[in-house]
Amino acid sequence: MGRITFPIGPQHPALKEPESFRITAEGERVVDVDIRLGYVHRSIEASCIHRNYVRGMYLCERVCGICSHSHNNTFARAVESLLQLEVPRRAKFIRTLVCELERIHSHLLWLGVAAHEVGFDTLFMYVWRDREVVMDMLETISGNRCHYGMSTIGGVKFDLTPEIIAKCKEGLDVLDERTEYYQKVATEEGTFLKRVEGVGILTEQQARDLGAVGPTTRGSNVPYDARRAFPHDAYPEVEFDVITSDLCDVLGRTIVRVLETKQSVSICRQVLDKLPDGDIQVRAKPRVPEGETVVRYEAPRGELIYYMRSDGSDKPARVKVRTPSLANWPAAIAMLEGAYVADVPISIASIDPCMSCTDR
Amino acid sequence: MDNAGSLMPLFYVLIFPGFAFLVAFGLLVDFFDRKVVARLQNRQGPPWYQPLADMIKLLGKEDIVTDHADRGIVNAIPLFGLAAVAAAFLYVPLWNAAWPFSFTGDIIVIVYLLTIPAFVLVLLGWYSPNPFGSLGTGRVITQLFGYEVPFTLALLTPAIVAQSWRLTDLLTYQATHFWFILTTPIAFYVAVVALVGKLERIPFDIPHAETEIVEGPMTEYTGRKLALLKMMFQTEMVVGSALIAVIFLGGPHLPGVTIPIASPLIGGLIGFIITVVKTLLIVFVLSVIKALFSRLRIEQMVSWCLNWLAIPILVQVLIVVVIASR
Repeated sequence: MGRITFPIGPQHPALKEPESFRITAEGERVVDVDIRLGYVHRSIEASCIHRNYVRGMYLCERVCGICSHSHNNTFARAVESLLQLEVPRRAKFIRTLVCELERIHSHLLWLGVAAHEVGFDTLFMYVWRDREVVMDMLETISGNRCHYGMSTIGGVKFDLTPEIIAKCKEGLDVLDERTEYYQKVATEEGTFLKRVEGVGILTEQQARDLGAVGPTTRGSNVPYDARRAFPHDAYPEVEFDVITSDLCDVLGRTIVRVLETKQSVSICRQVLDKLPDGDIQVRAKPRVPEGETVVRYEAPRGELIYYMRSDGSDKPARVKVRTPSLANWPAAIAMLEGAYVADVPISIASIDPCMSCTDR
Repeated sequence: MDNAGSLMPLFYVLIFPGFAFLVAFGLLVDFFDRKVVARLQNRQGPPWYQPLADMIKLLGKEDIVTDHADRGIVNAIPLFGLAAVAAAFLYVPLWNAAWPFSFTGDIIVIVYLLTIPAFVLVLLGWYSPNPFGSLGTGRVITQLFGYEVPFTLALLTPAIVAQSWRLTDLLTYQATHFWFILTTPIAFYVAVVALVGKLERIPFDIPHAETEIVEGPMTEYTGRKLALLKMMFQTEMVVGSALIAVIFLGGPHLPGVTIPIASPLIGGLIGFIITVVKTLLIVFVLSVIKALFSRLRIEQMVSWCLNWLAIPILVQVLIVVVIASR
């Protein structure tokens, strides 16, 4: 059978953001994949060194529209580590709460997209409707649905009132129940299983060799979670499990994400129960002493790394962002080799790619 | 009288129950399908005029033919497909057993005409320089092997029972005996599922799986020609559903409702309404199937069809033949 080369992207219904994959197929089998990145490059790292730390923080929040708080919070933590500033305990708890709400929102979004990729639109519609619950909670807390602007250097911007806490607890109950239901659907619905079981195989060895991160690597039975490995904010004070799966396929990654959502709900409850009193912000000096730092955080898609160097002025000398999607691309290519053409979209989607994060 | 008589066939073919009615019914069925799926997916769904609005919008759009495509073929194919489906509709008896277009063997002609839309898609992909078109064409042909034979056999099983190749005879048989859904339930199930494959709907929408190969063979179609293709699918859904309603659900026959022979107009109207409701019932089943499943891969689809369509329908035919021979 003859070879056909066809493009997936930069404009394609399977992709939510522009990125290009040239797939060469023999019949229905993929023989070669060529990936081209850079369609949404916005020079955010370079722009940061022309802005002071506060403006850079808000700019970096816009690296991604889904995990915006991850970038916002990690940037703030990087500056705080350079300033050697201790954040109030209450602020740490609020940061953790928003981190975990964001993880719920991101994982639910992913489940919907994955269902859509295999043509299961009913699950897509249901999941996204319930995702509105967590979006509403984030809006109640911060006033925004996407870019919360929650963390600032030295603490957080918005405090939690008792009414907000009560509302959040109500929302968490709904989310807990619905996630339970989606766990059932994603692991029992026949045609969905047919499309995700044994698809997009990434062995444990491959996951380690290719440096995959986040749910992608945990779905291949590598128990690595930056929240556990490098505890920060309120993570040392809450209990949670690092979810792994030994299935090594798209189903494994689906299960990891759904169970992680349940873990996040539990973390949010613990944070709300243990929330200490006190200030939410301390004053930070605009000028940052000379030095360099690396800060890690387990974003919804995997480990996010910020490297920051300061030359003693009010602007950073260098900011480098290693986003989880960038680390996961080699793993995605490994999944595609020898796959069916029909499995290409769901395999790519299974790493939860964020093109904006990749290109920055 | 002579004059009016000679105009009647033209009226039948073009207005009612021919082309104009078919298109209107197609739009209604499209709306009904979209609304049911939307409600099942917890959405609001479109207003009743949405399919019509879509059609008008598409008709007004720019009509593009890509440089490397064969202009004549590209222009002719959508019309060819629509004409085949519209012709098939004429032979589906909608209100009583005295159908003017009925003849012995009409059931074979309908099955034949309903195969043409699949070949229309094959030709579309074949004459398009687009790689998505080529992939889609391959998938259309592969999928054809899965559903076509079971579909034909499923429709012919009742004909074997009634020992006639004529749809109106099947209607008379059902009015005097039982509906075929009761006597040949496996054939009914196979016919509905194979119709899903024929209409290329979830879980068998593989030839134009949008997240994989965009719109498959239809990727490069725009404007008028896309509108005609959409119309072809809508009307194919009407013909397929109406055919199953007539063959398996007794068409205009409903136990307890006696159609007054004295007044053919009122009798015809009652029969017509019953058939339309039954057709919508089949469409409802199709909509529920669409909302329940995710898309299969092409090789999964073919092996599934062999196991769960081809074998059951052979068993069904065997049962029917054995019983009939006794």
